[in-house]
Amino acid sequence: MNKVETQLRDGPPSEAGSLDAALAAFRHRADSEGLVEVAWTEVDTPVGAMLLATTDRGLVRVALSRAEEDVFLEDLADNISPRVVEHANRLDPVRRQFDEYFEGKRTAFDVDVDWRLSHGFRRDVLEILHDQVPFGHVVSYKELAERAGHPRASRAVGTAMATNPVPIVVPCHRVLRTGGALGGYGGGLDMKLHLLRLEGALLS
Amino acid sequence: MGLPAFQTVIDEHGPALHRYLVGTVGVHDANDCFQETMIAALRAFPSLRHGDNIGGWLFTIAHRKVIDAARARDRRPVPVGALADGSGGGRELPDVSDDGLWARVSALPTKQRSAVLLRFVADRPYADIADALACSEAAARQNVRAGLRRLREELA
Repeated sequence: MNKVETQLRDGPPSEAGSLDAALAAFRHRADSEGLVEVAWTEVDTPVGAMLLATTDRGLVRVALSRAEEDVFLEDLADNISPRVVEHANRLDPVRRQFDEYFEGKRTAFDVDVDWRLSHGFRRDVLEILHDQVPFGHVVSYKELAERAGHPRASRAVGTAMATNPVPIVVPCHRVLRTGGALGGYGGGLDMKLHLLRLEGALLS
Repeated sequence: MGLPAFQTVIDEHGPALHRYLVGTVGVHDANDCFQETMIAALRAFPSLRHGDNIGGWLFTIAHRKVIDAARARDRRPVPVGALADGSGGGRELPDVSDDGLWARVSALPTKQRSAVLLRFVADRPYADIADALACSEAAARQNVRAGLRRLREELA
């Protein structure tokens, strides 16, 4: 390759931070024109960075690990709208509540939930969990199945928990096996333990 | 599958798009063109039928915005004082300055400039360049060659 091509490929001289400024201006305008149908951002927690996404109806998706970013974005594009744009400001109120929760200063989330990513029985179970099992309490898969009117559906309740689109705010970490065994958790059992200890639901 | 999240379009093409615009319209107008391109793209995005060549599509929009910006610049009123001292009239060149390459790039004819920048700065295939410039692939190649030849001669 000759010198001119090499220089061209290196790109034109630009002021540092110029792309960031352009992106920030774009995000601001996109949002003010109502084009950001799904806004997402990252939030730091003591158990790692998580991802949050909101629509104009409410919090629609929480990913328990930044490593899930690709799936997280694809899921939102396929099921809500492809107009998915990172926009931290739109999630400021939620991020603040996450901070307070993980600092032990908040026992309930005051956040509207957009339930669109959950359907049928799974959604019924998640809404019951969200409405009826407060901070510091736990419930068994079986008991949740009973509350949903299908006492033999513990397994389906397990699936509902595993596919919870809004963990933490919809508290699937409060669901244990009958007898108190931990069961599973999308973010791993260490995270589940951390959350239950944070809420004072486990003594050991 | 359908379309990806627009965020992945920003992540994949944003930096190259911005470099392309800085090379084409200069640092000052690049941010405006970037914003116009991305807003137009985000607005039209859900109506794309598939996500097969989003890069080509995005740079086609960008080229249109570059032409719009050039027209707006030509229409921009010239301050009275600027005319009196003989400066500021005519087409303003993008405010890039270095050892001369970028100033010469900005002085290329519009099609050659866009073709060269799309090829080397934005790394687009010739088919995309043809789409963006609304010409044949052969004409796209020819514009790249002609632009490169001129730059080489001027910098020799």
